[in-house]
Amino acid sequence: MSLKFAQDVTNARILSVSAYRPPRVVSNSEIIQRIDSTDEWIQQRTGIQTRHFADADESLIDMAEKSALIAIERAGMTAQDIDAVIFATISYPYQAPSAATELLVRLGNVKAAAFDISAACAGFCYGVALANDLVRNKTAKNVLVMGAEKLSDFTDPEDRATAFIFADGAGAVVIGPSEDIGIGPTVWGASAETREAIVLEPSFLEFKKNPGNADIGWPNIIQQGQTVFRWAVYEIAPIALRALEAAGLTPETLEVFIPHQANDRIIESLVKSMKLPESVVVAHDIRTSGNTSSASIPLAMDALLAEKPELHGKSALLVGFGAGLVYAGQVVELPSRPVQKSN
Amino acid sequence: MALTVDEVLAGIKEIVVEVAGIDANIIAMDKKFTDDLDVDSLSMVEVVVAAEEKFGVKIPDEEVTKMATVGDAVNFIVANGK
Repeated sequence: MSLKFAQDVTNARILSVSAYRPPRVVSNSEIIQRIDSTDEWIQQRTGIQTRHFADADESLIDMAEKSALIAIERAGMTAQDIDAVIFATISYPYQAPSAATELLVRLGNVKAAAFDISAACAGFCYGVALANDLVRNKTAKNVLVMGAEKLSDFTDPEDRATAFIFADGAGAVVIGPSEDIGIGPTVWGASAETREAIVLEPSFLEFKKNPGNADIGWPNIIQQGQTVFRWAVYEIAPIALRALEAAGLTPETLEVFIPHQANDRIIESLVKSMKLPESVVVAHDIRTSGNTSSASIPLAMDALLAEKPELHGKSALLVGFGAGLVYAGQVVELPSRPVQKSN
Repeated sequence: MALTVDEVLAGIKEIVVEVAGIDANIIAMDKKFTDDLDVDSLSMVEVVVAAEEKFGVKIPDEEVTKMATVGDAVNFIVANGK
């Protein structure tokens, strides 16, 4: 038997990026009203000065829709041009149907392929890897990769290990065909022996079986901070360097580094371990956005391009890492300046 | 040859100076990492990983949480080092 499949591949690139941060800015002084901590301590441990929380009536999909519309417009497209949606999230409050299909309904394009991926803070880079392969193999033409989280719904505001870290936001990219290679090979994998280091507990089933038991409350993120820090800094640096090498670059020829915005101390340690020269522009969006898990890389990318428009089209190393523990990294060419609307 | 307390203390001093940027003279066996040397829990991870590399010893996370003083770290490394 012989089946048909296109033999030639199409290069892919990021055509546009967007960010949506909910309007409410939350300061450390508001966070410490419910935990025994200080503004100075939070800034020293994480670099976070402020973060954004969505209000109760602003859903994950509300944020994702706003971000998606911006990304599609900047790519010079309409929602009908998107033929696949990959939605990375850990905070969509339904097991089924997917967040991706709810987003399709909002976008008025209900026919595209759509699915969610659960790779936590590595979710965006997993999504970029999948989208690249879909476009290269012509399974899809234009893929919307969404990273969106409403982590304030799954964080205990009285947990002094996590209350100040996690935040809300939605970031997206449109990935489509390109003349040149705009996305390098992905280096990815897991350290699943450490999967207890970041968990969302209890399970929904435990919650259901124990109504009224205050000890088994709503599922929230529980994190072993030092274990994660150690893994993130000392295991992720070599992986990020492998992704760089796979794309044919070196620390000296790289232009931008956009790691998952987990903690500013992790970012600083990664830069040190990887021996990145000062010429590399490093994203520090964590300081004003907090840790938004799957949304953090596109949020940071959008913020860097807004602040330094000359970075459009430059090479950027992305690396995501988080609950699983899972990781993925790849070098991308940052999108060109957005297509101007001709009115 | 087994590591001595003096060797390990000297090595730990170098590491703590590098990580916390403090004067080597104030680092001693009885000093507490957090209270006396300004080494917070995240800096402690950096100290531990550097010590693992320097002395070829594995320091599990549960041991790290027990290391309050420089002496705790030095004694663990001497006892578990090669």
